[in-house]
Amino acid sequence: MIQPKTIALIITTGILVSLPHFLNPYWVDVLNNIGIYAILGLSLNIIVGHTGLFNLGHASFYAVGAYTAAILNTKYQIPILWLIPVCGLSAGLFAMIIARPIIHLRGDYLCIVTIGVNEIVRIALINNVFGLTGGSNGIFGIDRPNVFGMTIRTPMEFYYLILVFGAVTIFLFRQLEYSRFGRALNYLREDETAAEGSGINTAHYKLAAFVVGAVWAGMVGNIYAAKMTIISPESFAFWESVIIFAIVILGGSGSIPGVILGAVLIVGLPELFRDLASARMFFFGAAMVAMMIFRTQGILPPRPRQYALPQNHASEEGGK
Amino acid sequence: MIDMLLEIVDLHVSYGNIEVLHGINLKVAQGEIVTILGANGAGKSTTLLTISGLVRAAKGAIYFDKTPLHKLHAHKVVKEGIAQVPEGRRVFGTLTVQENLNLGAFVSRDSARVKRTREWIHQLFPILAERRHQLAGTLSGGEQQMLAIGRALMSEPRILLLDEPSLGLAPLLVKTIFQTLRQINETGVTVLLVEQNARAALKLANRGYVLELGKIVLEDEAKALISNPEVQQAYLGGIA
Repeated sequence: MIQPKTIALIITTGILVSLPHFLNPYWVDVLNNIGIYAILGLSLNIIVGHTGLFNLGHASFYAVGAYTAAILNTKYQIPILWLIPVCGLSAGLFAMIIARPIIHLRGDYLCIVTIGVNEIVRIALINNVFGLTGGSNGIFGIDRPNVFGMTIRTPMEFYYLILVFGAVTIFLFRQLEYSRFGRALNYLREDETAAEGSGINTAHYKLAAFVVGAVWAGMVGNIYAAKMTIISPESFAFWESVIIFAIVILGGSGSIPGVILGAVLIVGLPELFRDLASARMFFFGAAMVAMMIFRTQGILPPRPRQYALPQNHASEEGGK
Repeated sequence: MIDMLLEIVDLHVSYGNIEVLHGINLKVAQGEIVTILGANGAGKSTTLLTISGLVRAAKGAIYFDKTPLHKLHAHKVVKEGIAQVPEGRRVFGTLTVQENLNLGAFVSRDSARVKRTREWIHQLFPILAERRHQLAGTLSGGEQQMLAIGRALMSEPRILLLDEPSLGLAPLLVKTIFQTLRQINETGVTVLLVEQNARAALKLANRGYVLELGKIVLEDEAKALISNPEVQQAYLGGIA
């Protein structure tokens, strides 16, 4: 028997796959942006939603990934999609170096430091560090990605690339949520001392969450560089971090559907309001304020895990 | 002399510039129930937190079955077989009873064993079995205390450290919980109990220490402490 969940999944997949054929390239590109931000949001969700670490510098990891892709591609002509693991690795390494000394900081303090890191990265990029980043002009002439001999060029082609990447992300992060690792993150978010006292190495898990989130943001940076073919420091300013953060909080931190909905609203709504010209940000801001008053836990907060009530002790479900 | 399971030697602990423990010596033998009595701010909780590795010792040593604990991080201490029931329970309110218990077994990767331990805890505290799918935050204070003890037992500790398990509970519940502690002790788990409820603690314990302003001032069999006039005056409300 097919479960209703499976049917919903098939229908959603069908809609997502056929959607770009009904839209003009402009709206397909909007969807691409939504997709990129959704994946960024999901990567930040590991850090903010699951572990409860306030990271307002996520764009810096995204930047490290994008610049790694751009530099290696333009200087050594390495096909851009091959660089995805390298971008993840460089962003993860960067996160490990900067997070190691600050990971013990509490909520608001950590938040301030991550804002600082974001600014340092942006200014370093503008100042053309090591003569590699091209200063405030950034890097241009990045190759189009190539999949099985086909060059990805149009928004619609990018749409499918991002869709596949997004699907893989959702699948993996779902596995992560229900793993021992995911549970450890949730425990330490709820009460760090009690978690530590129960045998969880909290410093280790906090750092690991940071690195996992950064690795993913770095890989998204690669896709972004390939899509834009030109990147500059202004694409990775503090404002980007704020948007990604808002996606997680607004949508429902800790919940995958919530974060995706957050990306749709935060990236998509300003496009819908484009007719209102300069007043659109006003409506956007008003919507956000209303949200925070009426639904502080986000639009789609994670549901408490469901358990089937056992009929007797023998059928009791252990673990999860 | 019996081999000591837990031995604290000349332990000094400071918070910033202020030293709160001025050289404590304490011993717990395998299978014993030992209680630490003392007023607010005497350093009882600090002693337990230092054993657990959540607070670092400035000087002195803690040995657990000859392993030096004072050099280990808190999460490693749990693996050695020490579990703490923290003051004020600190259960995870937004998680279910079952998830709370599973956290206690985080150090164990043997799921069959975890299940067996959980069944044992369900026997000790049947209410936890009944409410296993309920959020811990919706439990009553006494039930939360039972859950906190259950969570600590999930790591199958050799010694259980309890910080004020009677805090904020009705006298009848205190009695139930202390009876269960005896039951737990009878299965071979050593117990180190910090309490303000001196009478209940001394009735349960084999031996006791009295801590005053960061120093051990008295150490004796629990029976002797109950009839000690000084203890009666200070902790048992005058006439025993």
